[in-house]
Amino acid sequence: MHKMAVIGDASSVVGFVALGVTVLTAKDAGEGSLLLKKAADEGFAVIFVTEGIALGMIDAITSYSKKPLPIVLTIPDNEGHTGAALEKLRRTVEKALGADILFGKEGTGQ
Amino acid sequence: MQTNVSPTRMQLQKLKRRYAVARRGHKLLKDKLDELLKNFMELVRRNRDLRTAVDAALAEAFTGFTVARAVMSSAAVEEALMFPKERASVTASSRNLMSVQVPTLKWDFEEQKDRSQIYPYGFALTSVELDRAIKLLSDTMPLLIELAEVEKSVELLAEAIEGTRRRVNALEHILIPQLETDIKYIRMKLEEAERSNLTRLMKVKDIVRAKSI
Repeated sequence: MHKMAVIGDASSVVGFVALGVTVLTAKDAGEGSLLLKKAADEGFAVIFVTEGIALGMIDAITSYSKKPLPIVLTIPDNEGHTGAALEKLRRTVEKALGADILFGKEGTGQ
Repeated sequence: MQTNVSPTRMQLQKLKRRYAVARRGHKLLKDKLDELLKNFMELVRRNRDLRTAVDAALAEAFTGFTVARAVMSSAAVEEALMFPKERASVTASSRNLMSVQVPTLKWDFEEQKDRSQIYPYGFALTSVELDRAIKLLSDTMPLLIELAEVEKSVELLAEAIEGTRRRVNALEHILIPQLETDIKYIRMKLEEAERSNLTRLMKVKDIVRAKSI
């Protein structure tokens, strides 16, 4: 049995408390990175990070992308979503397929 | 290209065998790459759809919380949510997708099965916006979990595709051409040796014949 955690600014993530997800509040990206590392070490399987904070800690987040666990997922915060997640997906596709193919696919897909 | 093999029959045999293996490996890897790409594109599409849905749902839920904070008070909202009734937990296991270990998640509330009883507070002192936001958030949970699973799979597959592509390219552009030139080099050398042997024999025969006459 694994646990889930949310890292984000207090006002965005308060709702997750009701669902029994562990909530770690971070004011900025630096704090977020530390919390992320701590959470990953403690064996959380899924860690959600709000976009506002995730923007400044991309490196910390991508360092987990090669391992099966934990899964670090960015979620929008209460200021709305910035499309950072889709941008990240686009980059992943670009990395895997090479740029040329990607733009063709994305162009027809959307 | 400078080749560095000794032009012997044994070496030729060895190289031919390696060439056959390299060709076969290249074909297999290429098939693997194609299949990986097929899976990858499917997952990417799923990822995009899920992401769009989740982004919209969460934005709405968060807006709900913001409204709840406005209607009640920040402290009251936090107080209401202070002691969760539920504990969400996931079970992570892994699945083999094209020999890439991708995670699969199963998620549930631990305490009770009734999803309508997740509100950790009495309804008297809280606003309806809070209830709605929490409901929305808990409804989004399955999507979030699936998104986590899919997004991770996409990342891991991308990694695998990159590696496989590199191996295919290395075989296609370096190893196979090199083996081809090596084989050609040995063949030419051997043929050349044979020809020079033949002319030498003819020459020797001429000399012998000239002497015997």
